[in-house]
Amino acid sequence: MQRLGALLRRSQGDAVLAPQLLRTYATTQMTIRDALNSAMDEEMARDETVFVMGEEVAEYQGAYKITRGLLQKYGPKRVRDTPITEAGFTGIGVGAAFQGLRPIVEFMTFNFSMQAMDQIINSAAKHHYMSSGAITCPIVFRGANGAAAGVAAQHSQCFAAWYSSVPGLKVLAPYDAEDTRGLLKASIRDPDPVVFLENEILYGESFPVDQAVLDKDFVLPIGKAKVMRSGTDVTLIGFGKMVGYNLKAAELLEQEGISCEVVNLRSLKPLDREGIAQSIRKTHRVVSVEEGWPQCGIGSEIVSIAVEECFDDLDAPPERVTGAEVPMPYAANLEAAALPTTDHILAAVKRVMGK
Amino acid sequence: MLAAWRTVAQRRQCPRAPALLAAARHLASQTAAASTQSASVAAEVPSSSSGSEPSARLLSSSQQPEERMDFPGGSVPFTAAMSFLGGTFSPRAPLPCYRTIDSAGLAIADADIPHELDQETAVKMYKTMVTLQTVDVIFYEAQRQGRFSFYMTSSGEEATAIGSAAALTNDDVIFSQYREQGVIMYRGFSVQDMAHQCFGNIHEQGKGRQMPIHYGSKALNFHTISSTLATQLPHAVGAAYALKLQKRNACAVAYFGEGAASEGDFHAALNFAATLKAPVVFICRNNGWAISTPATDQYRGDGIAGRGPGYGMASLRVDGGDARAVYNATAAARKIAVEQQVPVLVEAMSYRSGHHSTSDDSSRYRAAEEMRQWRARDPVARFQRWLVDQGWWSDAQDTSARQEARRDVIKALETAQKAPKPPLSAMFEDVYARMPWHLEKQQAEVFAHVRTHPDACPADIPVK
Repeated sequence: MQRLGALLRRSQGDAVLAPQLLRTYATTQMTIRDALNSAMDEEMARDETVFVMGEEVAEYQGAYKITRGLLQKYGPKRVRDTPITEAGFTGIGVGAAFQGLRPIVEFMTFNFSMQAMDQIINSAAKHHYMSSGAITCPIVFRGANGAAAGVAAQHSQCFAAWYSSVPGLKVLAPYDAEDTRGLLKASIRDPDPVVFLENEILYGESFPVDQAVLDKDFVLPIGKAKVMRSGTDVTLIGFGKMVGYNLKAAELLEQEGISCEVVNLRSLKPLDREGIAQSIRKTHRVVSVEEGWPQCGIGSEIVSIAVEECFDDLDAPPERVTGAEVPMPYAANLEAAALPTTDHILAAVKRVMGK
Repeated sequence: MLAAWRTVAQRRQCPRAPALLAAARHLASQTAAASTQSASVAAEVPSSSSGSEPSARLLSSSQQPEERMDFPGGSVPFTAAMSFLGGTFSPRAPLPCYRTIDSAGLAIADADIPHELDQETAVKMYKTMVTLQTVDVIFYEAQRQGRFSFYMTSSGEEATAIGSAAALTNDDVIFSQYREQGVIMYRGFSVQDMAHQCFGNIHEQGKGRQMPIHYGSKALNFHTISSTLATQLPHAVGAAYALKLQKRNACAVAYFGEGAASEGDFHAALNFAATLKAPVVFICRNNGWAISTPATDQYRGDGIAGRGPGYGMASLRVDGGDARAVYNATAAARKIAVEQQVPVLVEAMSYRSGHHSTSDDSSRYRAAEEMRQWRARDPVARFQRWLVDQGWWSDAQDTSARQEARRDVIKALETAQKAPKPPLSAMFEDVYARMPWHLEKQQAEVFAHVRTHPDACPADIPVK
């Protein structure tokens, strides 16, 4: 099983191998919630400087129960409930990281991180550079990002584009339980500040995980995308929940004779530009799929890569599927209309295929 | 009471009248049967089958009057008197200002001096003040001459910075705002170090990343200055929390101005430090001005020290122009923070004698008379007078110290100005702990471009 883990780690460059291995050897189902919980638990057991801080993380076991059981196991010094001040507890986490601890700061949702934005960008992200390496900030900011269900404008924004534009931050967006475990453990062990974008809707969803993923030292490399499904006609690129939509669309399109390669970005900063370009050069067509707003979104960067680095290999203009350019409405029908669906992905693929 | 309820029910034709009457009767019988129990008694109000009557547990009013309200945050006494506290109608008396040396520099009799200043420390403090004053004057002029882009003096606040620095140990982690160069100088940051930083040359630790006066030194436990106001306050609390978990005999110290104390981070940091029981000393330099905003426009309460008790924090106001008082206040605050593992707030009252920065001209918004009055009680002069009275300093020593400082500062500037700038390669380093491949690629592109277009890179800037 250790060899399997090593194979998985080394095979990131040869991405065709990994998903087949997982399907063959999958033995357990694990929810995203448990993936997050087990990753934090193992890292806290491994390194006593790791601690968790946020609103409701301790006594309440987490607003979404992600930190369930951690207070009981590690005590109130390492699992801290905070007063309601994102700017405050983010700044405190940053200061603790400056002083040698490894905080995991939970935002109840990344929407609330806007109140701590200065601490994340001007303090956590920039201090290593401004101090020419004298100050390090090994902190992880994690929480729910993007649209949930029926929580409207101030609880549904996707922050992938904003955070991934900042030098000094690493930004990760897991999809399944393997991503979640491997990337969160890698984030906690990383010396740089990491923004870890989860999705509330996926918390309860189960994914197959094999023994290698359950290993307490299972980490995934930061900065590498994963090919979830190999294909030849078009590359579907997404992160987080949209990877699931892309996989579903790929299945439907296969029945129509269109072979889609589904790329799971995993890492938004550093972005696996070479991996993305490699896939686009192979299929000659690309559709980027994201929930966030269109202007200056992740899709804009994907299209730039396609045009700047793969222009001669493109058989069709790149396409983006994004959320509607409105603050998220509340009414269920309006909310559904504001977000991408598999149908939108199918339509975009058919357009690039010229069908 | 029963009669009253009956009347009310009848008058109002209340549909719940029968139930209310029943409740009142029940209460009356409880009252009649009351004993001298001091505990509150819950009386069940019988609910009728219709379900519309309330079934509430009512505390009996027949027992001893309740004295206190217990609630999730604690316990407070009740009162039947209504009396607002604070504000213009019932202002609280301001916290008095602790001092041990008067405006002329004469020691005040019977002042509390829990931490005596020994000669060596006092002389080191004063010499640092002399150097600081010299640096401030000459560096300010250098900026005016265009030798570097920006400078901030700390005239009028030398005693606050140096008096407090002298009371700390080198294990205490310092987070400052931008007007505390006296602190890092006292710890050992040399005039040459300061000059290198202002010129952003190859010798400065910051590799030319930061604008002038943003000093920092890991070796001296002084965090690199960050321009965003008050963000250092929660940082200090976090660092203090780390020290607490690491069980270190040290505290974090956060310096800030009275203007920065208006930021949300101030509230979050102080409130949170108290709940976390973090060993941090907050030192506010209340110098009366935030650029052109006087303190009267910055707040209406009792300054910054007046806010401390609101957070449950021990607070002291001190004369920031009295170096010996600042020394004692800081030493005492540090002792509380480290021994009791709680935060402490010190507000040092002083005056910003200079402009906010080289981008400011304070004569546009301040009265010359006000500035003159404060210069007349200059903190350095006051401490000098006290030193001389102790027999630890003389005018001759003063003249020679100032001459030597002037020579050192001018030489430091010249040396720094001549030193080369950081190489182009330094631009991409330190964004992350290890350079990721996408920055390596960009760096390689820049080098390639410079090789083929040498004019693109100024001659005095090395590439690697």
